[in-house]
Amino acid sequence: MATVRIPSQLRNLVDGERKLRVTGGTIRAILDEIDAKHPGIKNRVLDEKGEPSAFVGVYVGGEDIRFLGGLDAEVPADAEVSIVPAAAGG
Amino acid sequence: MSKVLGLKCKECGEVYATNGIHVCELCFGPLEVALDYDHIRSVISREKIENGPISLWRYVDLLPVESGWDSDVRVGFTPLQYAPRLGAAIGLKNLYVKNDSVNPTYSFKDRPVAIAVTKARELGYTVFACASTGNLASAVAAAGVKAEMETYVFLPSDVEAGKITNAAVYGANLIAVNGTYDQLNRLCSEIADEEEWAFCNINVRPYYAEGSKTLAFETVEQLGWRAPDHVVVPIASGALYTKIAQGFEEMVTVGLIDGQSVRVSGAQAAGCGPVAAAFAAGEDAFEPVRQPETVAKSLAIGNPADGNYSLEVARRTGGVIESVTDAETVEGIKLLAATEGIFTEAAGGVTIATLRKLAANGAIGEDEVTVAYVTGNGLKTQEAVDGHVSVTMTIQPTIGSFEDALEDKQEAVLAQAAR
Ligand SMILES: Cc1ncc(COP(=O)(O)O)c(C=O)c1O
Ligand SMILES: [Zn+2]
Repeated sequence: MATVRIPSQLRNLVDGERKLRVTGGTIRAILDEIDAKHPGIKNRVLDEKGEPSAFVGVYVGGEDIRFLGGLDAEVPADAEVSIVPAAAGG
Repeated sequence: MSKVLGLKCKECGEVYATNGIHVCELCFGPLEVALDYDHIRSVISREKIENGPISLWRYVDLLPVESGWDSDVRVGFTPLQYAPRLGAAIGLKNLYVKNDSVNPTYSFKDRPVAIAVTKARELGYTVFACASTGNLASAVAAAGVKAEMETYVFLPSDVEAGKITNAAVYGANLIAVNGTYDQLNRLCSEIADEEEWAFCNINVRPYYAEGSKTLAFETVEQLGWRAPDHVVVPIASGALYTKIAQGFEEMVTVGLIDGQSVRVSGAQAAGCGPVAAAFAAGEDAFEPVRQPETVAKSLAIGNPADGNYSLEVARRTGGVIESVTDAETVEGIKLLAATEGIFTEAAGGVTIATLRKLAANGAIGEDEVTVAYVTGNGLKTQEAVDGHVSVTMTIQPTIGSFEDALEDKQEAVLAQAAR
């Protein structure tokens, strides 16, 4: 199973969990899976067009999904996925 | 604090208390400090500023802290140098260089850090940290150690030797990360989420960023209380660029100068120019750069947090965001040194090379009062000019050796001229 690290800003939607275990597949599938259990996550991570929000970074094994095919980025079974607010750095 | 209204989401406008947070709970938009300009207008004046400390703290009324915790350290109020020789070389008649390479740790980063360390102490943090492209590490290490905070600075392991040495000397925890800046920035965001630390450019970023407004305030005061027509500012995350623009606007808002628009132009390296590329393509949003390749390592941010806001500022103010090659950057470093006697780091080379490009293509008018922001010191990035500068002659300690060498040199010059 893959692991998803949930940022503090979203933990209220997932009963305070820091990490969730998910089946994997693609980022799209993982978001669907989490959203089914904890409605609201997709709304916060995706923009109104259903694309990853410019204000949130999603990473698979530390790599930005924008370099891995976006929501179709593959998530291997043992991968670590991170969701990180984008407004940082510099 | 009456001058600060709170932290406000730049996207949805939600207002939060002034704690150590940087993103909106509702939309992940960045938070920024909301100031009470009516209040500030009633307490601020040119005379008060002119009688204030010779540092950025003379503008404390426009900053989100009560007073600097350590105002004996002289951050800011750096020279605004009239630059006629550089101007003549590139075709500008009213050119100035803001030399911010002479701050306590030799870059503009001492400004945002002065605000961040003060605010971190006000908020009760005991650990101070940052994710640095090189210069911020030194500024945070120096300020954090002096403030007797436990200090952690993270930087890419492949930055220039001078940046590592400078950051290491203060005795802070210096963590070199094998990866790009964007990778270590993501790592630090995850650490900041777990630890109760004041991470300068993460959870206390809204306060930190405010410090860079002082570059605009000083420019206005040093020009005799007038704004320049055009400025050129280097862009990595875009925080400096957007905050300089905001600084000029605030001077008008609080009544220190009459309304005047400043064209704010930006400078990036071609090997890591996501904002310049989006500007050229007419896009509202940049595409991130995965693997930056540039001599200007301090500007090597492929995923700039304020990239899209920078595009907005350029279009709103009538500025341009351009990029330059490594070769042009090195020429920029040498040109500034040879004309104005200032040795800047690679980011300054990018700025001067961009200035030159914008002057040459007419984006900057020759009569415009123009200010180029030179934000870091050349001694920290000596690798950038390796092989491009050298000793003129090496001699024995005798007058004969000197005279022979001088003769050889003159012959070489004549031979060159004859060709
Ligand atoms: C010397 C220098 N100039 C300019 C910048 C750009 O700053 P910003 O990330 O705010 O765009 C940096 C960033 O580290 C820097 O070190
Ligand atoms: Zn918001």
